[in-house]
Amino acid sequence: MIPLSWYLIFAAILFSIGLYGALARRNALAILMAIELMLNAVNLNLVAFWRYITPGAVSGQAFALIVFAVAASEAAVGLALIISIYRRRRTVAMEEINMMKW
Amino acid sequence: MQSFLSDPFLFIANWLESVLLGWGLQPSLATFLLQLLGALALGTSLLLLTFLLIWAERKIVARIQDRLGPNRVGPFGIFQTVADLLKLVTKELITPQGADLIPYNLAPLLAVMSVVGLWAVIPMAPTLLGADISVGVLYIISIGAIGTLGIMLAGMSSNNKYALLGAFRTVAVMVSYAVPMVLALLVPVLLSGSMGMQAIVNAQTPVAFIFLAPIAAAIFFVSSVAEVGRAPFDLLEAESEIVAGFHIEYSGLKFGMFFVAEFLHAFTISALTATLFLGGWQGPWAEQYTFLGLLYFIIKTSLVYFVVIWLRGSFPRIRIDQMNALNWKFITPLGLASLIFTAIAEKLAVDFGLPRLLIHLGANAILVALTALALGAYARHQRTQAAVRQERVRRKSTAEAA
Amino acid sequence: MTILQIAFLLIAFVTLVSALMVVTSPSMVHAALWLILTLAGIAVLFVLLNASFLAVVQVAVYIDAIAIMIIIVVMLTNNPLRSQMRTVTRTWWGAAIGALILLAGLLVMITQTPAFELQAPALAMEQEQYLKTLGSALVDVNQFILPFEIASVLLLAALIGSITVAWPFLAGRKEEQDR
Repeated sequence: MIPLSWYLIFAAILFSIGLYGALARRNALAILMAIELMLNAVNLNLVAFWRYITPGAVSGQAFALIVFAVAASEAAVGLALIISIYRRRRTVAMEEINMMKW
Repeated sequence: MQSFLSDPFLFIANWLESVLLGWGLQPSLATFLLQLLGALALGTSLLLLTFLLIWAERKIVARIQDRLGPNRVGPFGIFQTVADLLKLVTKELITPQGADLIPYNLAPLLAVMSVVGLWAVIPMAPTLLGADISVGVLYIISIGAIGTLGIMLAGMSSNNKYALLGAFRTVAVMVSYAVPMVLALLVPVLLSGSMGMQAIVNAQTPVAFIFLAPIAAAIFFVSSVAEVGRAPFDLLEAESEIVAGFHIEYSGLKFGMFFVAEFLHAFTISALTATLFLGGWQGPWAEQYTFLGLLYFIIKTSLVYFVVIWLRGSFPRIRIDQMNALNWKFITPLGLASLIFTAIAEKLAVDFGLPRLLIHLGANAILVALTALALGAYARHQRTQAAVRQERVRRKSTAEAA
Repeated sequence: MTILQIAFLLIAFVTLVSALMVVTSPSMVHAALWLILTLAGIAVLFVLLNASFLAVVQVAVYIDAIAIMIIIVVMLTNNPLRSQMRTVTRTWWGAAIGALILLAGLLVMITQTPAFELQAPALAMEQEQYLKTLGSALVDVNQFILPFEIASVLLLAALIGSITVAWPFLAGRKEEQDR
């Protein structure tokens, strides 16, 4: 059977890939996608811990569900921001959106 | 071993299993092979059914329009579709210049896959269903939207402006009509207390859910017709506006796959409506004789499918702003209200032991009355606004004239 | 190696490769498609973890809602004149080093956990029963009603907020409507 560590290692690699994407990409959309990857890695960890350590309780699944809700709201607001920025600046490259930077 | 007459499908399955086990296979492998065979049989029969569906649709629409329809190939032109398919197979597969190759070739597959995948959870008879998963309704929602994805990909990757317009319309239509569809799907879930399709069918033994929740049934039917993109909601492939919409650049069998997916999807939503609201395979003696259950299911589905074709033959195409207004200003609030009314009525019926049918019908009647009042008030408001505007224009023109 | 282990390795490999493609693909459309494959792979891993309900929710929420929304925004913001622009920042190597250091730290910590080779215990109840327990736990006053209600308020706030942000009228740009 699959040991717990496999899931943990998988989630760690996925999280690192997401972190790299969030830090290195120029496109705001790509950053949003990378954040989704990181949220998914966390979610997988939550469910794996639920399955391997506390299968009697449902707290892991409940928290995973709430992470889903948070991810959905984050994506909605983030995408609305990207559309709004694109309307004003005609770009979605993060380096060129520097009005607030002094 | 059950007798062949009462349940032919289970009989065949048992026979096949004994044959496979007789060959000395592992039991788990034999089960796996049987499931594979079942999926293959279901998928193949569905895709073959599409021949009949296309023929029936052309014939019925022709009758509505006072034409004869296909009548040359075979009796009543029933083999016309086969001839069409042969023509389609021999056509060249054209890939447009500048197309995004992976999404372009993936899109038709996704479209067909999502429709056939929906049938995995539809119970066709007491013992005849692919998988009785406990979250069948959620499965339907999620698999159904993959078809939307396929259409969007087709429009985006074709490197064609009309296709892109079709994709944009798809987004506007399909994604927004998923909201009332989900709201209406929640009503049978609420009434039966389960998300499994077989449990929903089993919960409809005394009365089908269409009598308990007629409004939800209507909302589900209309929004799933919109989700399929059939007339009168067919503006994602409106020939007179954007040529052929998302599948303009597809030819040969790839176009054929979109065609098949569309017709089969229309039949699938009829089957879903029949399952969720008309009682599925329920009927007299359906429990004893599986074949009767299948027959009831097919009759109910065909009835709903006939209504779908009827709609296509009778209504003109809706404009996109009318379509969005219909969804967000009318169907979605009505769906929410219907869900709340059903919940309250069910609570009343359970807690106070009131007659369930009467309570639900009363709740729906109140909802219909409220909707009519609201629509009337809105129409009056519109008329007053229009009159005020007209008056202003008239005064202005008289002042200018003076 | 059992069949389950081979299946896990296969799915994990496909998922990680597609996740890498998400963060490296120059075309945003392709990145969104790879993202869908990644999310589907994670849904399959949920099934392997006996959380089939979460797998279906993953497909319904992530692939149907979030990925389709991302594709819509990709379509809306796709500027063909700028499609040749660089895809990574100038300091991408810093990000890569940071991510690698984080990965190394996480791996070290994982190897030191006491539960490193833990096998899955038997499920406490039936799958169907889990769904019922989860549903009642989410609205139970003694369990998760507070996070559940906060999540619903958050969703409403996100709904209103995204409409406010993306609505051209409220931003005072009327010409946006005429265009």
